[in-house]
Amino acid sequence: MRSSMITISDLSKRFGRLEVLKSIQLDFSAGKSYAMIGPNGSGKTTLIKCILGMVMADKGEITVDGKSIANDWTYRNRIGYMPQIGRYPDQMKIGQIFDMIRDLRQDQAQIDEDLIKEFKLDRMKDKRMRTLSGGTRQKVSASLAFLFDPPILILDEPTAGLDPIAVEALKEKILSEKSKDKTFLITSHIMSDLDELSSQLVYLEEGKMLFNDTIDSLKEETGESKLGRAVATIMKRNLKEMEA
Amino acid sequence: MIRIAKYVLYDIVRNRFILLYTLLLLTVTLSMYSLDSDPGKSTLSLLNIILLVVPLVSIIFTTIHFFNSYEFIELLLSQPVNRKTIFFAEFLSIAFALSCAFLIGVALPMVILNFNSSTPYLIMAGLLLTFVFVALAFGASVSTRDKAKGIGVALLFWFYFTLIYDGFVLYVIYSFSDYPLEKVTLLLVSLNPIDLARIIILLKLDLSALMGYTGAFYKHFFGSSMGIAYSFSFLILWTLVPLMLAMRRFVHKDI
Repeated sequence: MRSSMITISDLSKRFGRLEVLKSIQLDFSAGKSYAMIGPNGSGKTTLIKCILGMVMADKGEITVDGKSIANDWTYRNRIGYMPQIGRYPDQMKIGQIFDMIRDLRQDQAQIDEDLIKEFKLDRMKDKRMRTLSGGTRQKVSASLAFLFDPPILILDEPTAGLDPIAVEALKEKILSEKSKDKTFLITSHIMSDLDELSSQLVYLEEGKMLFNDTIDSLKEETGESKLGRAVATIMKRNLKEMEA
Repeated sequence: MIRIAKYVLYDIVRNRFILLYTLLLLTVTLSMYSLDSDPGKSTLSLLNIILLVVPLVSIIFTTIHFFNSYEFIELLLSQPVNRKTIFFAEFLSIAFALSCAFLIGVALPMVILNFNSSTPYLIMAGLLLTFVFVALAFGASVSTRDKAKGIGVALLFWFYFTLIYDGFVLYVIYSFSDYPLEKVTLLLVSLNPIDLARIIILLKLDLSALMGYTGAFYKHFFGSSMGIAYSFSFLILWTLVPLMLAMRRFVHKDI
């Protein structure tokens, strides 16, 4: 049994009247790769932002590596985060962004610049963030997430907006890091990507966790060989249960 | 903190607004001294401009800057950085930049052209007013996610302290003019940083005679070293209290 890297217990969050997360109970084991799926607005990004301490939960506790994240920030040393929409100071240059983050985290010796080279970002150091296309921003976000060789990687829709070559490069990187026993949490709407990249599946709907098991057992349960169809079967079943 | 403040300052210097503000203050100060042959009168006219412009620019610039650095803050928050560190780095760099503008634009020409016993107080009051309104701007900025609303709240603070509050004080004094009000007005003045700064400087310029009996009372109070300490510590409180409230809010804010 592997130790758990991130545990979430009884996590709830409201935005005004809207209940975004309803007492989520989750456990991410070290060295495994989790796919998190669910319809738009099901609370995936909010859950991720709670783990990162960007959104404050109303109730419940999150621990990373056994330590509660409340009033702590040092645990973010161990997390690489790629946001869904990377927002950066407009007037900064690509090179300046990397230099600044490295300057702020001088104490971390382990630097992984594979993706920067792979995406050829080092050749456009002087481009300002304002002028970048959505895809190039995603490349910057991905490179930043992997930059400090963190043991936990949280990728929020990593392949959205990337060109096919970049998608393949990123996937390759994820798989090679996965083989180094890193913990991954990936959200996506592209089932074939998740099928390749993860072994576990977490399914959220309307802020509730409806499924948390291995992808293989899901396929077995539904009798489907593709993740997309298996998920569709589960979603339909849930819908029927709700109607009943 | 210094490392983050460095990047914030770099950003502030880059957008050139601070430079314009410095030039504006410099122009106003120099023209005031060249217009009137009596430097005392110039200082008085200058004072009125400072009491309007410094709070206004401080509060608006800080609010706009805060909302414009939302992406920067978002980026830092996904990194192992303490929220308090980000907050104080933002505060210190903005306050530092605005103070520099004030020192170069007003304090420097004043020291060169017309240095007297009241000058240090005027400079101190200007700097503290800058701090107070930067802190108030942080309060306005963290209270909402909407930039327009944030700037609206900031402007409201400024209107309140420059216009509305004075109207209220006048109303109180007029309505209760049959009672001895010295101590009450002293308290009321302490609740408005701009009034506080104005009175310190007016007394130092020796214009208290214009203010009648209350002026004499103030002179008696503020003229003493106790009074000076009192008013400056109130201005410092006016910085610290809004700043702490804003920080507490920022630490628990959803980004």
